[in-house]
Amino acid sequence: MTSLAEDAGHEASPQAHRARKAALSDRARAERALGWRLAGPAFVIMLAVTAYPILNALWLSLFNYRLTDPNARSFVLLQNYVVILTDGLWWTAVGITVAITLITVVVEFVLGMALAMVMNKIVIPRRTLRTVILVPYAIITVVSAFAWKYAFAVDSGFANHWLHTLTFGAFPLTYDWFGGTWSSLAIICLSEIWKTTPFMSLLLLAGLAQVDSALDEAAKVDGATFWQRLYKVTLPNMKAAIMVALLFRTLDAFRIFDNVFIMTGGSQNTSTVSLVAYNQTISRAEIGMGSAVSVLLFLIVVGICVVFVKAFKVDLAQVKGD
Amino acid sequence: MESNLSTRDKTWLGLAAIPIIIYSIIPIIWMLSLSLKPSGDLADGKFFPRHVSWTNYALILTGGAKDLFLPALANSVVVCLSATVISVVLATFAAYAIARLDFPGKKLILTTALAVSIFPVISLVTPIYNLWRAIGLFDTQIGLIIPYLSLTLPISIWTLSAFFKQIPWEMEQAAQVDGATSWQAFRKVIIPLATPGVFTTAIISFFIAWNDFVFAISLTSERARTVPAALAFFTGASQFEQPTGAICAAAVIVTIPVVVLVLFFQRRIVAGLTSGAVKG
Repeated sequence: MTSLAEDAGHEASPQAHRARKAALSDRARAERALGWRLAGPAFVIMLAVTAYPILNALWLSLFNYRLTDPNARSFVLLQNYVVILTDGLWWTAVGITVAITLITVVVEFVLGMALAMVMNKIVIPRRTLRTVILVPYAIITVVSAFAWKYAFAVDSGFANHWLHTLTFGAFPLTYDWFGGTWSSLAIICLSEIWKTTPFMSLLLLAGLAQVDSALDEAAKVDGATFWQRLYKVTLPNMKAAIMVALLFRTLDAFRIFDNVFIMTGGSQNTSTVSLVAYNQTISRAEIGMGSAVSVLLFLIVVGICVVFVKAFKVDLAQVKGD
Repeated sequence: MESNLSTRDKTWLGLAAIPIIIYSIIPIIWMLSLSLKPSGDLADGKFFPRHVSWTNYALILTGGAKDLFLPALANSVVVCLSATVISVVLATFAAYAIARLDFPGKKLILTTALAVSIFPVISLVTPIYNLWRAIGLFDTQIGLIIPYLSLTLPISIWTLSAFFKQIPWEMEQAAQVDGATSWQAFRKVIIPLATPGVFTTAIISFFIAWNDFVFAISLTSERARTVPAALAFFTGASQFEQPTGAICAAAVIVTIPVVVLVLFFQRRIVAGLTSGAVKG
């Protein structure tokens, strides 16, 4: 399969070469035109549904504009940004979002790596395991949020009863998980981790499968322990896959919305950046302010990307299969 | 590689699978058991129901919450299928061009797809909400299908490009050399090779659209509300009753189709999810 695919690549390249040399033959020109005719619609729609709205948001963010009072719309330049960036609530939301992102991504990476290693080696329930692991990925996030919320709720939950039994009665049956910031965040993170670890582990498994097992065997023969082999052989050899998995999960975790909305609705100081944007726009109809929050969130996401690409040298074009 | 493992290691790995399997399905079993508990037993603190009752399902399928759940289910199906079909068709053309033709801008298209796929969804909500209100697309199915394309189109392009690059396209010529017409070669050789990739991409796109909550609660109010959004606004049978059982029953109903898809197409879904992300 691979060799055939490579052959196809070779077949295309002399054509490309000729095209460049002979100032575009008719055939090459026709091919270019066909290429854009086929790929153009998808490209234009992608831009229309993202580039246009974000530019529009950038423009709207410069206005004091409330949907309920459209006549009072006025140009205020950067005032919305000043208001947001000097508001303690915004920084609390940023802090909460960063905390959720760090906790979930780290736990997901460790768990995902362990899962990937088991899946890579396992013999007996191999197929079953790979099927079951996909279940959390396919579940709607909102459903996962409700499941964990009800599991830990004081009235309908079983978690407190189990903890009560496990600690021989030390854990209070009426412990209100959603009564405090950190205990609420713990459950929010739990749901997020449960739902997304399988995806992480599949990405890591794909990277793990590419590590030459002869290297591992050689290190084993030389007497390296399990942890030494993991740190010195396996992980460095799958760095590209790890970085892509971490980048994708970090960006995804930073936009967290569903779990928080369902579990606390932002109460107990658990509001995330996405929830702030939603509340400004939908609950308060402050289009100008909501747009400014949207633009800030967008800039943070771009920032995370730049950091990953520059600092960790993630070559997306190379790893992403082109 | 597997043959190097001793029986003891195999057993240990087999045992390690048990907690992983429990971990993966415990919230689903929990939802199922909660949905089967009669309302009097909801707060009994037990994991499994002591008595099985179908009243929650009756409530959302034929009873008082029917008008909340069934239209939402219909909206979800229509909106997600439309977004999936549109993006898979568009992505098939685009991916064919990327895998087969030589034209400038291939890289631009793939990079754009990547950029769109990491875009923070909520950032699109405010401007789209404002625009939809102005042009009357707010709370309509089309008003959801269009933004859903920003979720489903990029992943479709990536996944299909990766699939199409692996197709041995020269088999088409080989078939023609053997006397097949171009149409026969396309129909008998290329379509069977391409179908699994297209199908897998459709499943993954559908999952992503099916999962959306941000667009669904922001851009609808009643008529076009999809299931995830409707769940968040469920109310109890009476003002004093929690909608817990009804929510769980509805959650189980929308979870069954995705679990069935996963069970049947596990291998392909894994290949599709990872082919787009890591060269394999």
